[in-house]
Amino acid sequence: MTWREDNWLLRVRNLTKIYGDPGENTLALTGPAFNSNQCPETDSIVACADINFDLYPGEVLGIVGESGSGKSTVVKMLYFDLEKTGGAAWLKPYHDGSINILNESNQRKRYIRNNLMGMVYQNPRDGLNFGFSSGGNIAEKLIMAGNMHVGNIRGRAYELLEKTEVPVQRMDDRPSTFSGGMQQRVQISKAIANNPPLLFLDEVTTGLDVSVQAKVLDLIRELQNILGIAMIVVSHDLSVIRMLTDRTIVMKNGRIVENGLTDQILQDPQHEYSQLLVSSLL
Amino acid sequence: MVENKKYSNKYNFAFIDESTKKEIRRKLLKAVAIPGHQVPYSSPEMPISRGWGTGGLHITLSIIGKADIFKIIDQGSDASVNACNLREFVNAMTGCETTFDTAQATLVQTRHRITEEELNEKQIIVFQVPLPEPLRMVERYEYKTLQMHAEADYSKMWVSLYESYVRYGAIMQGAGYPVMVNGRYIMSPSPIPRWDTPNLHQAKTLYLFGAGREKRLYAVPPYTDVEPLEFEDVNFEIEDFADSACYKTGFKKAFLDELYADDASRKYVISDSNFLDKVAEKQETHQYTNKYIDQLEEYDLERG
Amino acid sequence: MGYVAVKGGTEAIHNASELAEFYRVKGNTTPIDIKQVRSQMRLAIDKVMGEGGIYAPEYAAIALKQAEGDVFEAAFILRAFRTTLQRNYYSDIINTREMFVRRKISSSFREIPGGQILGPTRDYTQRTLDTAKATEQTADVNAFLDEFDAKINPEKLQGVNTFGKVIDLLKAGGLLKPADPNEDRTLTDITREAVKFPAPRSARLQMMARAETGGLMALGYSSQRGFGSVHPTVGELRYGTIPVNVKDPNGKKRYIGKIEVTECEMITGSRPGKKNTPPYFTIGYGLCFGHNETKVICMSTLDSAMRRPELGAPANDQEFVLYHTEGVEAMGFTNHLKLPHYVTFQSALSNTRASILRNKQANLEAEAYRQIQSV
Repeated sequence: MTWREDNWLLRVRNLTKIYGDPGENTLALTGPAFNSNQCPETDSIVACADINFDLYPGEVLGIVGESGSGKSTVVKMLYFDLEKTGGAAWLKPYHDGSINILNESNQRKRYIRNNLMGMVYQNPRDGLNFGFSSGGNIAEKLIMAGNMHVGNIRGRAYELLEKTEVPVQRMDDRPSTFSGGMQQRVQISKAIANNPPLLFLDEVTTGLDVSVQAKVLDLIRELQNILGIAMIVVSHDLSVIRMLTDRTIVMKNGRIVENGLTDQILQDPQHEYSQLLVSSLL
Repeated sequence: MVENKKYSNKYNFAFIDESTKKEIRRKLLKAVAIPGHQVPYSSPEMPISRGWGTGGLHITLSIIGKADIFKIIDQGSDASVNACNLREFVNAMTGCETTFDTAQATLVQTRHRITEEELNEKQIIVFQVPLPEPLRMVERYEYKTLQMHAEADYSKMWVSLYESYVRYGAIMQGAGYPVMVNGRYIMSPSPIPRWDTPNLHQAKTLYLFGAGREKRLYAVPPYTDVEPLEFEDVNFEIEDFADSACYKTGFKKAFLDELYADDASRKYVISDSNFLDKVAEKQETHQYTNKYIDQLEEYDLERG
Repeated sequence: MGYVAVKGGTEAIHNASELAEFYRVKGNTTPIDIKQVRSQMRLAIDKVMGEGGIYAPEYAAIALKQAEGDVFEAAFILRAFRTTLQRNYYSDIINTREMFVRRKISSSFREIPGGQILGPTRDYTQRTLDTAKATEQTADVNAFLDEFDAKINPEKLQGVNTFGKVIDLLKAGGLLKPADPNEDRTLTDITREAVKFPAPRSARLQMMARAETGGLMALGYSSQRGFGSVHPTVGELRYGTIPVNVKDPNGKKRYIGKIEVTECEMITGSRPGKKNTPPYFTIGYGLCFGHNETKVICMSTLDSAMRRPELGAPANDQEFVLYHTEGVEAMGFTNHLKLPHYVTFQSALSNTRASILRNKQANLEAEAYRQIQSV
């Protein structure tokens, strides 16, 4: 079991986010047992608390829950879009996993984000700069990683757009001229530009047409197979979770209620909330 | 009515009061200590319009001494009307000798050109700067550009250069080409032509920059690395005067101004007026050398 | 020196300056007396003082005469003049509750303590052109003044009255938003240091106090029309004189004179707070030298608007409002476009010509390729 203990990619402990001023009983008075995120004493909101999990290289972890469950909050904190209230996270490729990345300086966080992580947002406007061409968006990550050769940058962008099935002759066009599905593909190319070991996908197919959704999901699954990249997939949709993930975390009112192999949770959910979710799966 | 004796009689030497001069000098020292970094300063009001050289004047008037010999140019010319106005002002406020001769001057104030003749360790050149912030073209907000400089987060700038190349086949920045100073700060060298930009690198003289309206000072001390932003395979280029020569002297190896006559015919002439005079009189000149202009011919081989 | 020394630039600018002076006096009319400017162009002087940032009516009058009535230019002259002056004291904070009120109105309430005092205003006149002003004589003016004097009933003139403020009523009624403990209360001096953004309130108010009236008006107007609106109502508008005091070297308070100011307190809505917090009112504040109501109305509207950056319009954007309403800087930079830019332009020409050439080249190559293919 030592191999497994040492071979983790991402380790998260006690990750917590609270809005407002919490009191001493805030954590005790919120959560799935109370069916609420809001502390009755102080009005502060516990977006998520006591989040613990490990992620292994090449593994795909799903986080499922309804809106308000805190699933997006977890990922936003790990990608440094939100400031944590408490907790720690370690990334093995960063200083051999010895430093809590959530406490690092802005420059170090930028380095980690650019070189060791990728993020695909639900809304392409959050992940892409609409003032630049799609090639330019990919170039941004490559340049930040130290690639200063335009020929190489364009070559790599070409390769990535081909991989994500974006017509390469549109490399110099702005994303505003693309369809929603294509914008997501450009986001994906950008996210994997520097071959990060870890990719976050936050409700990436929500809001797309069903047929487009299916294609994007297929693409993600294929990329995962080819690149062996570890992923955290956030979705409220269990069918997405079923299609993409190896393990799943179920969240409700900011807490983890169940954590296990996706197949097992789908076949034999333990927590009543997971049972509710699975039973409504079409 | 209370008579303002100070106003009607005489001014402090160099117009600005001593405390303000000290503040400006302190800020200049800070600028020299951190090459390329913009230092905010008080930027006192002047009887010259904002945008017409108050920043350059602030520096000049804070460091000028009675023994200084002062030269001022605009677009390279001593005779330019605004330069004449400012020259009169500095002379009236200091009594300093003024000159058109680059080699003779100890202090040079300039708008948008570096002199063709190389400046040495005994000279200082002061630039008038309209927009000190090189990142303004990719980010309109001051509080954001401040953070970008602090964290050396220049990716947006680089991508805009990439986009320019992709769209037009070259980096289309004309004058005021952004440079990396001392390997740390991206700086705007003021709207000098690309022809002048390489002369900032490892130079003998002290370069001081004043943006009065925007209230920022910055500096490039002698022997500092100043590199125009370029990619490994898309390089910085200076303006190309290969097909033209100065109509007065036949000289090609200088920045040339384009002139149109009444009949719409076109001629070129050396932009730096003092350099033009010296070349025309066949006097000795000591031009800057850099890897971009060293390979150019001084005169057209056919004309000679 | 062997080279040609005379260039002509200096001579040209001297001639241009002389020509401008010629235009100022060529009418062969009697030179305007500064006393006349001072007394008959009161509102222009107030504007110039407000934008010049110095309370000196005589010098403002001189500047207006020198600038042939150009208010931007006159304010600029006054600003430059201000720089040459030595600072001897800082005054005590002026208290507008001590104002000797000449005009006091409120739009928020029908009746206010002390009443609605209309004071000297043209707000309720018709703006028809009065051609009689063309033939006005001293005798006419004197006749008017005598008639006016006769109407004043000396028994009705009470002692100097100061009045409480309308916002005190709101405060007493618990309607005003409590002060924000996190508000940046740093006291800056914008004439001594460059403002960094986000700017503390002292810097924002100082910058607006000497901002250009038209600029403030444009942005205030935009806010009222819905671009980042804060729904303002005039709580109180006052115009009058205020005593100015300083502390002498022994620490004793000394009265050094009085100045005219216009003040506006604008009642606006506040940002929606947390749940269970009522929608309190906030006050936007405006104050300037002299009599300039447009300026303080817009200043107070913008004071509130800048506290709501989340509304996203130019009026809510600190950097936008404060940088671009600074009249001397704006006038300078917009006009600087008249300066020669031929070197900068030459650089751009060089780039554009090269790009066009490249484009032509590429088209020729594409055409040649097509021809080869079709063979």
